[in-house]
Amino acid sequence: MIHAEELMKVYQMGDNEVRALDGASFTIEKGEMVSIMGPSGSGKSTLMSIIGCLDAPTGGKYLLDGVAVENLDETQLAEVRGRKIGFIFQQFNLLARTSALENVMLPLTYAGVTGKEREARAMKALERVGLGDRTHHAPSELSGGQQQRVAIARALVNEPAILLADEPTGALDSKTGVEIMDLFQSLHRESGQTVILVTHDAYVARHTERIIRLSDGAIVSDEANLNPIKAGTPRAEE
Amino acid sequence: MLFSENIKIAIRALRANKMRSVLTILGIVIGVATVVALLSIGEGATASITSQIQSGGSNLLTVSPGKQQNMMSGTGQSRQASHMYYDDYQLLERGLASNISAMVPVYQSSYTVKFGGESFNTNIVGVMEDHKDVRSFAIAEGRFITDGDNKSQSLVAVLGDTVARDLFGTLSPIGKTISINGVKFQVAGVLESKGASLGSPDDNIFIPIETGYAKLFGETALYNGRKTVNNILISVETTSAMDTVSAQAEYLIRRSHELAPTDELDFSVQSQADTLETLNSVTQTLTIFLGAIAGISLLVGGIGIMNIMLVTVTERTKEIGLRKAVGATKNQILTQFLIETVTLSLLGGILGILLGVGIALFFSVTGLIGSVITANSILLAFFFALVIGVFFGLYPAFRAANLHPMVALRYE
Repeated sequence: MIHAEELMKVYQMGDNEVRALDGASFTIEKGEMVSIMGPSGSGKSTLMSIIGCLDAPTGGKYLLDGVAVENLDETQLAEVRGRKIGFIFQQFNLLARTSALENVMLPLTYAGVTGKEREARAMKALERVGLGDRTHHAPSELSGGQQQRVAIARALVNEPAILLADEPTGALDSKTGVEIMDLFQSLHRESGQTVILVTHDAYVARHTERIIRLSDGAIVSDEANLNPIKAGTPRAEE
Repeated sequence: MLFSENIKIAIRALRANKMRSVLTILGIVIGVATVVALLSIGEGATASITSQIQSGGSNLLTVSPGKQQNMMSGTGQSRQASHMYYDDYQLLERGLASNISAMVPVYQSSYTVKFGGESFNTNIVGVMEDHKDVRSFAIAEGRFITDGDNKSQSLVAVLGDTVARDLFGTLSPIGKTISINGVKFQVAGVLESKGASLGSPDDNIFIPIETGYAKLFGETALYNGRKTVNNILISVETTSAMDTVSAQAEYLIRRSHELAPTDELDFSVQSQADTLETLNSVTQTLTIFLGAIAGISLLVGGIGIMNIMLVTVTERTKEIGLRKAVGATKNQILTQFLIETVTLSLLGGILGILLGVGIALFFSVTGLIGSVITANSILLAFFFALVIGVFFGLYPAFRAANLHPMVALRYE
């Protein structure tokens, strides 16, 4: 599914060379639920943008679904993003003054799906995240948790190979955050959806089955989490 | 991405900043409105001049004081104190025997006219009986000035259509007494309207020219004790005789004004065709001049639109990043922002066309200037707006399309 080999990302900042990624190698199989963890500056955001095909590595190899991403041009990358990756952001990134349904339809529009099919698929995705009754509300009329659900529906609508979530609970209160984690777990459990969570929060990371820790652009540990927290379990018990 | 969806996105974005959108397109609105109004009024002026040539008798020569000027050349140094005299008229009448169907002198000046409570300034024209035929006037009511009126210096007046209505409303003016500069005249007739054309008699009051000299115009109509006229109208029998008659008239007056062969003329003999040419050249100059203003307004409007679109692209950087993250290609982003700019400028174009048509109609309805709204002028204006939208939209759209998706998503 994902195969990364010696990924490098080097920026030139004036005279200094910044190695945001310094030889990260890992493989993530279809149906896994993985956290990429690390403090800020560890290179996890850079790794996320490379996994999500938002940015290209300056060195190494990256295979997504068997496709060598480093060889794709901008238009092909856009297509890969649209069809294979479902992004979820900390700040939801919904279009303002645009209904939930239309927000969810956006990736389909760019993928060339039109008319009734597009609407039906968007409806289905919204029902999947439990917002079947909020389709015509604008983001400003929805709570933070509901907005993140719309964003998840938008990420799901093209049936992507990977859900790629960047601090998805970072802007939510803890109760709502738990609901969102529960949604990720159920998507993983019930549909076998591959989920990659990028977070600095160890508690959030422990909801996944595998935790990859990054530091200074390199992987410092890659371990199975044999007993993942089930969302909703009170934090105090940990 | 469907075209209609891009339009929908564009309209949504424009509605989100209504005031800004309105202010942004103002330049385009004004520019396009100017183009439309200008072309319509220009077209109307040409049409009215042409129709006047046809209705006013094409074989008409006008002899007027002052050097013949080419209005385009801008050397408008008219000879000071050049006059035409009543004597010139009599001289021409004696000297020009053949090919003439009628010849009349005209003296006009502005005076206060009163009837009942109404009082205003208007043009009083001293004429002879033949004036009616020379200018192709039609009588609506009563009669025109006659040679008998002139002989007896009777105090009678014939009113233009507008004057009659302003003074009397729906009343019949015939037989009523009006006061012109304190002198009482009896209304003998009313002319039919000639509409809002150049030199229309609608605003004039006609009186016998001899009555005028004797009882109304007074000293102002005299120069060195000689009676002056504003011009002399000569109606020539055939078009082919125009040049001959014109040359004869010029020769006769030149001799009477004692001009040396090298002297410039202190008068002009112009045919309607000459007048048309002069007027058209004025219209053209004005059109070019105003067209340049409209062009500048469109250019400034376009720059305004580009400026706002650049601001919009910056404001919506995150949105652009998101769109790219969910699969939008460079071209799709480019198209989206280009369509947004074009929508903006076309909106300005449509409002401008409406405003321009409104201005043109206002001018025709109020009778200030006739205007003819042509499909061409509207298409031209629409095309201008479109070109400006595309031209000034390209740069902001390229900026948006070239944003790096990751950088755009992270933009705060």
